Amino acid sequence: MTPNPLWELTLTRLRLFFREPSAVFWTFGFPLALSLALGIAFRNRPPEPVRIGVSGSGASDRLVRGLESADGLRVSHFRDEAEVRKALRTGGVDAAVLVRGAAEEPALPATGVGRRPEHPIEILHDPTRPESRVARALAADAIQRAAGRADAVAVAERAVTEPGSRYIDFLIPGLIGMNVMSSGMWGIGYVVVEMRTRKLLKRLVATPMSRAQFLWSFVLMRSAFLFIELPALLVFGWFAFKVGVAGSLALLVAVALLGALCFSGIGLLVASRAQNTQTVSGIINAVMLPMFIGSGVFFSTARFPDWLQKPLRLLPLTALNDSMRAVMIDGAGIAAVARPAALLAVLAAASFALALRIFRWR
Amino acid sequence: MTQAAILCRGLVKTYDEVTAVDGLDLEVRAGECFGLLGPNGAGKTTTVEILEGLNAPTAGQVEVLGMRWDRDEHALRQRIGVSLQETHLPDKLTVEEVALLFRSFFSRGRDVSEVLDMVGLREKKKSWVEKLSGGQKQRLAVGCALVSDPDLLFLDEPTTGLDPQSRRQLWDVVQGFKAQGRTVLLTTHYMDEAERLCDRVAVIDRGKVIALGTPAELVASIGGQQVIEVGFENGVALEDGELRNLPGVRRVSRAGGGVSLAVDRLHETLPALLGLAQERRAQLSRLATHHATLEDVFVTLTGRQLRE
Repeated sequence: MTPNPLWELTLTRLRLFFREPSAVFWTFGFPLALSLALGIAFRNRPPEPVRIGVSGSGASDRLVRGLESADGLRVSHFRDEAEVRKALRTGGVDAAVLVRGAAEEPALPATGVGRRPEHPIEILHDPTRPESRVARALAADAIQRAAGRADAVAVAERAVTEPGSRYIDFLIPGLIGMNVMSSGMWGIGYVVVEMRTRKLLKRLVATPMSRAQFLWSFVLMRSAFLFIELPALLVFGWFAFKVGVAGSLALLVAVALLGALCFSGIGLLVASRAQNTQTVSGIINAVMLPMFIGSGVFFSTARFPDWLQKPLRLLPLTALNDSMRAVMIDGAGIAAVARPAALLAVLAAASFALALRIFRWR
Repeated sequence: MTQAAILCRGLVKTYDEVTAVDGLDLEVRAGECFGLLGPNGAGKTTTVEILEGLNAPTAGQVEVLGMRWDRDEHALRQRIGVSLQETHLPDKLTVEEVALLFRSFFSRGRDVSEVLDMVGLREKKKSWVEKLSGGQKQRLAVGCALVSDPDLLFLDEPTTGLDPQSRRQLWDVVQGFKAQGRTVLLTTHYMDEAERLCDRVAVIDRGKVIALGTPAELVASIGGQQVIEVGFENGVALEDGELRNLPGVRRVSRAGGGVSLAVDRLHETLPALLGLAQERRAQLSRLATHHATLEDVFVTLTGRQLRE
């Protein structure tokens, strides 16, 4: 009974992978550790109160009481203007309110020319800090209300926290995508080149082995791994952070599988000519770096300028991340992910065909 | 002899400026063990890789088992076994797994356990490759070439770097294969290996065959059964001409600062040589005699040592 070559090749790939503990860690352990660390660092806290520093005489008057009783403000008192400015400068408060009596002498010595006319109340804020701008607006509002300003029109408010809007909800699909990419690129690109430097490729092509089957064995191995990687991150995300899958699990698996195929093809392509592992490491890093940054792993691609949006959408990792987020967060169906999925399929087929064509077997 | 297992005519391979194989003709008969003997860089590996269909010749014709690489590659690969000069098999596979992987590429062949018996690795079949000694790894490499039960086996420097015992074990494997009437082409730069294993030897130097024959014929071709190697110390060197005139001397050649004399009758030549040296006040730095070997054939033909 002749053993099946494709099965034996794939089995060989799986054996060699699981007998290399460090490879197992980098593929499975590392992304879990990373998502745990990032999930903790960026966990959602209850809304923090805005901190206002107050200084000046008459600190017991009704304006200050208005500040103190306003929602979401935390007021602390300072002895003089110099101290509250220092607190503002060092981030101890988000904005400072200076209260001056009408006849009060300025707390800071006059510098002579160009002094602004004194107002009874002055708000100091730093417009480059978003929280400082919020503090200014809330403090000004509280002071005006305490002084008797009435709302011109009644507006209803409702606090809403959309499910899936937390950072970890954004992060988990991105990490899955990143993992599919990097384990495909390293797990195939590096391994193939190592086989080339060890003359194992040459030895294999001295047999009647089918070259396409050899390359397919890597694709099959990557697909098999996906069924370990994907559940590991999904189960972890659910138990550690209650990150769920809003859409169809089958669709998610299908999209991730397309991504794994695509990055298998690209992994074979980057390994197709390189003669040593240093070269292939450089190529892999050069190919992956733009996608780490531009494909929305850790932050949204929307942060890039408009003219970059189109090219970024052509990157395979962007396509993978976008469609996985669409399924996991928005519960999107097949129609919504059809375009990025088609892009992944086309890139997978093209890179595999090109790799088989230009592959250096010696 | 029947059909030739390997036939090649006018083989040339050039890399950029370098000519590795320079018009080489070979005919390997079915059922023989044929050796390519030559120093490193002589073009042995390039020649073998062309014959194995791993390298394309710049010019010349190659026929292996009556087939050609450009037409019949797949059929040919089914029938040959190859062991490259250097192959690092995966460290973390077991011996049995490696053999089974190679077996899976061939449509017919031997059972893996049978092959592991042939190469003496039955006890090691569950061991990882990285735990094997150099000789065991090399036998596994040869075993991978035998899984298809090939008609023709290529071995490129099969025992280079191995200890004497491992070399003998490998020679046993090759002789066992040959005993089944199969053909072997091996390259080596060890003369003892060529003498021990090969029915015929082609001595290769600078991409050409410079001598061809059975080891005994080649040794006989230098003209004497014995070799005297002599070196002189004090600058007084004896001329080739006067050495050739000594009784029993068949050939004089120089290599590595010494002179070697191929002689028929050692007992006549040696006293005459010493007498001549004394007469000329030439001091001997070295004097040795041995039975002529393929090494002497190479020295005689090229003026260089095999292992230079």
